[in-house]
Amino acid sequence: MAGFFSFYASSQPDGLERATAEQGLDVTAIDSANADSALADYGVSGIENQRLSGFLGGAVGVALAGIAGTGIYFWVRAPKAGETK
Amino acid sequence: MHMPDGLINAQVSIGAAVIAAGAITVGLKKSKGTLDSQTAPLAGLVAVFIFAFQMMNFPVAAGTSGHLMGGALASILVGPYVAILVMTVVVSLQALVFADGGLSALGLNLLNMGIVSIVVSALLFAGLMKLLPKTRTSIIGVSATVAFISVLASAGAFVFEYSLGGNATYNIASVLISVMSVHVLIGIGEAVITGLTIGAILATRADLVYGARSFLPAHNLLIKESVVA
Repeated sequence: MAGFFSFYASSQPDGLERATAEQGLDVTAIDSANADSALADYGVSGIENQRLSGFLGGAVGVALAGIAGTGIYFWVRAPKAGETK
Repeated sequence: MHMPDGLINAQVSIGAAVIAAGAITVGLKKSKGTLDSQTAPLAGLVAVFIFAFQMMNFPVAAGTSGHLMGGALASILVGPYVAILVMTVVVSLQALVFADGGLSALGLNLLNMGIVSIVVSALLFAGLMKLLPKTRTSIIGVSATVAFISVLASAGAFVFEYSLGGNATYNIASVLISVMSVHVLIGIGEAVITGLTIGAILATRADLVYGARSFLPAHNLLIKESVVA
């Protein structure tokens, strides 16, 4: 879903970006070290089709979040009876 | 509300990272082994849900968009300590993999979106629920309110941090007004999404909502009583 709908998501700057731009604060902003990476800004660089690029970026992100979330699941799961710690 | 690198100086960025690391450690310690087999899967799902929804920017004003932050939602669904872990995962993924939010600003972004929002949400939720009747409607209303305030709290934290270590020349009052006014609009979006989501989960699996755990009667208890009687 994130992959599909995010194509339609507003591409306007978000609230913080807008406010900092208005106030002239963003003149000091620097691109982070990974700003040129393949997945920067939720797209997949090298894929021209904006929809597909955004879709894949979203899909990758959701998959990674799912993997990390599964890790959280194992961390917070109470041990079952009989399970050794 | 993901800060890029360079807005705030190194000292404040490092200070925020230290505080965030401390809070995450507390979150790790206090959440270990706390959720049962019913509620534990929700932790992973909440991370995925919030990540997905953070990508859905909605317009809030001309030339400006907002998106769900999720700290309040996470805190009400899985409790504050697990919520800290969830938000840490989401915000870190965004910065590390998608360059959404600077790398040196990660501590600041974690602190504002992952910790301030959760601490404010948890305290406010508990406080408000003490005062109100323990019904589904109260929980939904309080969730939405708390979500709204959590966005303002995070935005306020940003302004505070900027006042300590901002790199550009600025007028703090106009920064405050500018940042807070746009986040009032974003906060409304957060309140709506949070309220609707909590409402939907309460209607189907109220046992999964951490914030409701002492309030709503467990269904199986009621069944047993009527069988015995």
